[in-house]
Amino acid sequence: MMHEPQTLAPATETKMTARDVKVFYGDKQAIKGVSIDVDMDNVTAFIGPSGCGKSTFLRTLNRMNDTVASARVEGAITLDGEDIYAPSMDVVQLRARVGMVFQKPNPFPKSIYENIAYGPRIHGLAAGKADLDVIVEKSLRRAGLWDEVKDRLHDSGTALSGGQQQRLCIGRAIAVEPEVILMDEPCSALDPIATAKIEELIHELRGRYAIVIVTHNMQQAARVSQRTAFFHLGELVEYGLTSDIFTNPRQERTKDYITGRYG
Amino acid sequence: MAEHTIKAFDEEIDKLRGLIAEMGGRAEAAIENAMLALQRHDKKLAAQVVAEDKRIDALESEVEKLVIQIIALRAPMANDLRDVIAALRIVSVVERIGDYAKNIAKRVPSIATNKRTLEPMSMLPSMGQVAGEMVHDALNAFAARDADLAVAVIERDTVVDDFYDSVFRSLVTYMVENPKTISECAHLLFVAKNIERIGDHATNVAEMVYYAATGQTAPDRERGGSGQAED
Repeated sequence: MMHEPQTLAPATETKMTARDVKVFYGDKQAIKGVSIDVDMDNVTAFIGPSGCGKSTFLRTLNRMNDTVASARVEGAITLDGEDIYAPSMDVVQLRARVGMVFQKPNPFPKSIYENIAYGPRIHGLAAGKADLDVIVEKSLRRAGLWDEVKDRLHDSGTALSGGQQQRLCIGRAIAVEPEVILMDEPCSALDPIATAKIEELIHELRGRYAIVIVTHNMQQAARVSQRTAFFHLGELVEYGLTSDIFTNPRQERTKDYITGRYG
Repeated sequence: MAEHTIKAFDEEIDKLRGLIAEMGGRAEAAIENAMLALQRHDKKLAAQVVAEDKRIDALESEVEKLVIQIIALRAPMANDLRDVIAALRIVSVVERIGDYAKNIAKRVPSIATNKRTLEPMSMLPSMGQVAGEMVHDALNAFAARDADLAVAVIERDTVVDDFYDSVFRSLVTYMVENPKTISECAHLLFVAKNIERIGDHATNVAEMVYYAATGQTAPDRERGGSGQAED
């Protein structure tokens, strides 16, 4: 079954498109033909109950499912019009362009400085130490962490608090100058203050990067996103303006989920 | 509608709707009794209407508290959110409707003339009845989440407005011809105006019901009707 892509006016610069994307884990189909556009100027939130496929779908956007042996992806996903599943696509480059932040902060067991510097160094983005210093400072500033860590850049990244570690991971993703940042439940391991800081950071990063966030916290989706996609049983049930989804969803299933009637 | 996973949320919504139903019922009764007291010149019944308005006021603040509690503790979304916001706005309007009924009742002692001698008086009971029905239907529409019934209420407001124009004209004519009745006719004019306002407020309730039920603002109704007699 081919689904019409759910696009929204007013259209802003479309960054990524997915068309009739299906994902299988062995015989089991996890995503059943999802078509969606992700644009540059808005934060897009994926919501839905556990097992609905939102994380699986997120992971197709930078081919993280490639690491799962039984996973198979069908359909077309493009970044700036380019098929990311084309044989010519360099997956390492792709993941630099489409960065990812995970549920649990996972800094490298290295210094704060090295956590940021690692990516730019292996991608050859810095000409020398001075360049690298600039990138580290810029990335940490954008991640809202600079003032807190500038005097201890050579302390271990794992010594930071959970919220700081997560901002360090966002800084690490930003350091390689991605175009898209995918966030999979980035605040679920954080307290409300650390969560608020990440949400504020998402707000500040909006427009500079296309941002897609998966969250179980509907209030968080409402707070940080301008577009919300509701997934259920591997389908994209509804995609719309966040303000519409939370005040007047069109689909019964969306309504039941966001009002707490699901199940 | 499916139940919430959290049962206490359903109980609170049910309680909210129950309070609004009671409030609406009391406002309807207040209109009916005020009009009855006016027709029969029943000062006792009029006093009762005035006294019972306190209960309507109390219900309003009870609903307000409950709505604030629901918003704070349940973070309602979508139709739930529209329901509680509509509830909050509806009760403040229904409270005003109660005040208009009380206002009518308060004038009863001042309108002592035999109704047969005051011909314009004959139109008021029918006018009051239409306004009362509008209130009744608007609240039924809320209870049933019935957008069509809400639209029907909105459309009926012109009937009340037309009544008001007729009453206004005939009262003015009557006053010109019978200057001795000016004092009472002036009171009747206010009664008519109060009923006209009740119709407007029932319309407001219906508009909120329409919004709560559909998520859209109610279609524009034709304004006017009581144009020449605006206050």
